[in-house]
Amino acid sequence: MSKCAELTRRDILKSGAAVTTLSLASGVTLMAFGGSDADAAGADAGKRWGLLIDASKCDANCTDCVTACKTENGWDAHGDHASPETSSAWIRKVTLKDRQTGRKVSAPVMCQHCDTPPCVDVCPTGASMKRADGIVLVDKHICIGCRYCMMACPFKARSFVHEPVHDQSVNAPRGMGTVEACTLCVHRIDKGRIPACVESCEAAGHSAILFGDLKDPDSPISKALEAYPSIALRDDLGLNPAVRYQNL
Amino acid sequence: MRLVLAIITLFGLTGMAQAEGALAPVVPVATGDPHAEGNEYWRKHHMELMRHGRNQTLREGERDIDASLAQCFDCHTVEEAGEPVTYESDKHFCRSCHDYAAVSIDCFKCHRSTPSDNILNRAMATPEEPNSIAAYLERLAAEASE
Repeated sequence: MSKCAELTRRDILKSGAAVTTLSLASGVTLMAFGGSDADAAGADAGKRWGLLIDASKCDANCTDCVTACKTENGWDAHGDHASPETSSAWIRKVTLKDRQTGRKVSAPVMCQHCDTPPCVDVCPTGASMKRADGIVLVDKHICIGCRYCMMACPFKARSFVHEPVHDQSVNAPRGMGTVEACTLCVHRIDKGRIPACVESCEAAGHSAILFGDLKDPDSPISKALEAYPSIALRDDLGLNPAVRYQNL
Repeated sequence: MRLVLAIITLFGLTGMAQAEGALAPVVPVATGDPHAEGNEYWRKHHMELMRHGRNQTLREGERDIDASLAQCFDCHTVEEAGEPVTYESDKHFCRSCHDYAAVSIDCFKCHRSTPSDNILNRAMATPEEPNSIAAYLERLAAEASE
């Protein structure tokens, strides 16, 4: 991050914010500076964060990734939900069974962080959004809770918060009347940490979830995707998700 | 008669001015260094600064911003019986003014209204931390070379 740019933005904010409220021209300048600074820090357009989930390494009886996600982001905590029908699910374990062969396979499914996210296409307010580094998020400040995105998502990845919530995790603000989903632990990534599910899967000794930068050809995830067969869920839709599966 | 009325009005106004002191919001005393821009500036502009900061954080991913709720809590939190009060209490520092001004805010429908013990993600991870991306990639590289 360039320190110069940071100082410039801060100086403008502190000295010129009063002016920007009066003059549209300064407002435009301020936003221009904010934009260039954000390129230097925060979401990096040169990266695309993704996950590669190896179903053969995923234990059908293990739900550590789900528990870690709940703890990290505070969903399904304090008995916020009156019934299982209205509870949130940022990540869930799905078990598939081949009817012909009887082979069972288990893997976690969360927001697939699509390159062309249908949830963003249908959002009437612009709350559903994709960051420069490919992470798909809900801006709850402007979400009106219409749930179009939930209808549009082919992965059932998003949840609606039906009941009032209290004492939220500082990591993930969430509230009644808004839609929420896996954020790929964006608060961790911005501070140089791996997502909670990846950490917990490694701690459980499975290492079934590989995390990395899909735009970097030398990253372990890119090399694994190049070397071994993998699939995207609902590949027929051409959404190019950042979450891929192996041995499913 | 007019003079009497004028005097009564004058006394009345003085009386109101005195009473205003009691009617004005009681702003809880904050700890820490005062705002460099002054209290008046922040009282008038805090929402614009916070809106700018929230968009930077959520949309641009920049988390070292000038005005965040967590930073407000650092100095302005009101404690009762050793515990920080939540927005449910009318003693909460946001409510002390917003109740007076009859402005309803919905920040705390999603955000927690008290400081959090979880301060891990306020600082950049160092490569020594096992859950840092750098340490993770190092472990993967070591595994691949085995």
